[in-house]
Amino acid sequence: MESSMLWTETVPGGATWSHVLKRGTALRMTDVEGGANVAAYFLNFDIPSERFNLPDTLKAQHTARLTKGHVLYSDMGRILCSVIEDTVGWHDPLCGFSNNEQVEKKYGKASYQESRNDWHQNARDGFLVELGKYGLGSRDLHATVNFFSKVTVDAVGDLQFNAGNSLPGSFVELRAEMNTLVLLNTCQHPLAPGSEYAPRPVEVSIARVSPPSSNDPCRMHCRENARGFLLTELFFL
Amino acid sequence: MATSILQSSQMLPGDALHSFVVEAGNPFLFEIWKGQVVRIVDLEGNQAVDTLFYNAHDYADRYSAQDTIREQGNVYLTTGTRLISSNGNVLLTITADTCGRHDTLGGACSTESNRVRYDLSKGHMHACRQSFMKGIQEWGRGLEKRDIASNINFFMNVPVTPEGGLTFEDGVSDAGKYVELRAEMDVLMVISNCPQLNNPCNGYNPTPVQILIWDTNVQ
Repeated sequence: MESSMLWTETVPGGATWSHVLKRGTALRMTDVEGGANVAAYFLNFDIPSERFNLPDTLKAQHTARLTKGHVLYSDMGRILCSVIEDTVGWHDPLCGFSNNEQVEKKYGKASYQESRNDWHQNARDGFLVELGKYGLGSRDLHATVNFFSKVTVDAVGDLQFNAGNSLPGSFVELRAEMNTLVLLNTCQHPLAPGSEYAPRPVEVSIARVSPPSSNDPCRMHCRENARGFLLTELFFL
Repeated sequence: MATSILQSSQMLPGDALHSFVVEAGNPFLFEIWKGQVVRIVDLEGNQAVDTLFYNAHDYADRYSAQDTIREQGNVYLTTGTRLISSNGNVLLTITADTCGRHDTLGGACSTESNRVRYDLSKGHMHACRQSFMKGIQEWGRGLEKRDIASNINFFMNVPVTPEGGLTFEDGVSDAGKYVELRAEMDVLMVISNCPQLNNPCNGYNPTPVQILIWDTNVQ
């Protein structure tokens, strides 16, 4: 998508970013240094009561991980975004995001007063502040996705964080299938090992892309997705 | 923690303060006070009981599936699981479980997701979100669609594989199996007794469940 890149910026670690990603454009997230985590949440900007639904996303595609070919479903049976490129292979949809208590317990307290903009931030507060700018609040914040992080589930259901999942330069691209309010937070994954507060930066780019063709890999991924695309196209009739 | 901790309860149905039967396809809302114990009985077996919990005094503070599985380090719910709210509070603890495994990844069915998952023509079949919407509208007190978060599916079996696959399997439950929870704070319980006919979560035959509530504070 480089040829039609319209915008690029770097989001530092621990920050929150939002944008209304228009239908017909795609967002590329690049893990600049490796080991980044991007908690992400999505809403239909035109009807914000319609938002990302994690269970519907997982069960429609029979998956507990996300990668190229998968799509992100709303609670209304429509597709917010499609994963059209991915050099990572596994993004975690299970573990949610960090909160203030957790970050303080794990990394210690670092207030704005003493640390200025190196203070210890957490994803929940970041999301709530950002949602507030759109007139939304905690009741609107549901389950999220962690891009670049991998958490596997063993035979008895135990969760295992897999370090080293995302190498420097890894990227994932999301194509907007509707005008999607995208909220991103670059705090560390809540299960990331270690006690050092060191959230990594992510480069975000926006490009214009073609609409999904009749044999688009996300559409063809499963029969459920074929119907999901049809119902999304119906929304724009 | 282990995936399945079978634990029976000493509570006697005859001592229960309340007993309700929730028919298949119906919503059920009830407040459970701190210290009270609620039991959900799978009367006929293989029934999925879609359940949400809220802080009874602040509905914005509600059951969070992601916080619950992350804090216990395991995707399945069983004896000992603490149900964590979006604000990090412990809403209830599972104190007994004769089924052994409950799901919190599969969410609730909706007429919209039924169109995606099964067929465009399936959008008129009864679904859990219809029951949730009806239930919260009748309850009032400001609950809206946005308050319907990812739920628990008691008695439902949704295994995750080490490769990241997710499947809906036949239930591991059977007639008379139950799960029991102790309220750690005042909570509102919102149930949709699942009417799904398109997959094995109910054995293709939705059936009633029983709700028993004990007041341990006065015993």
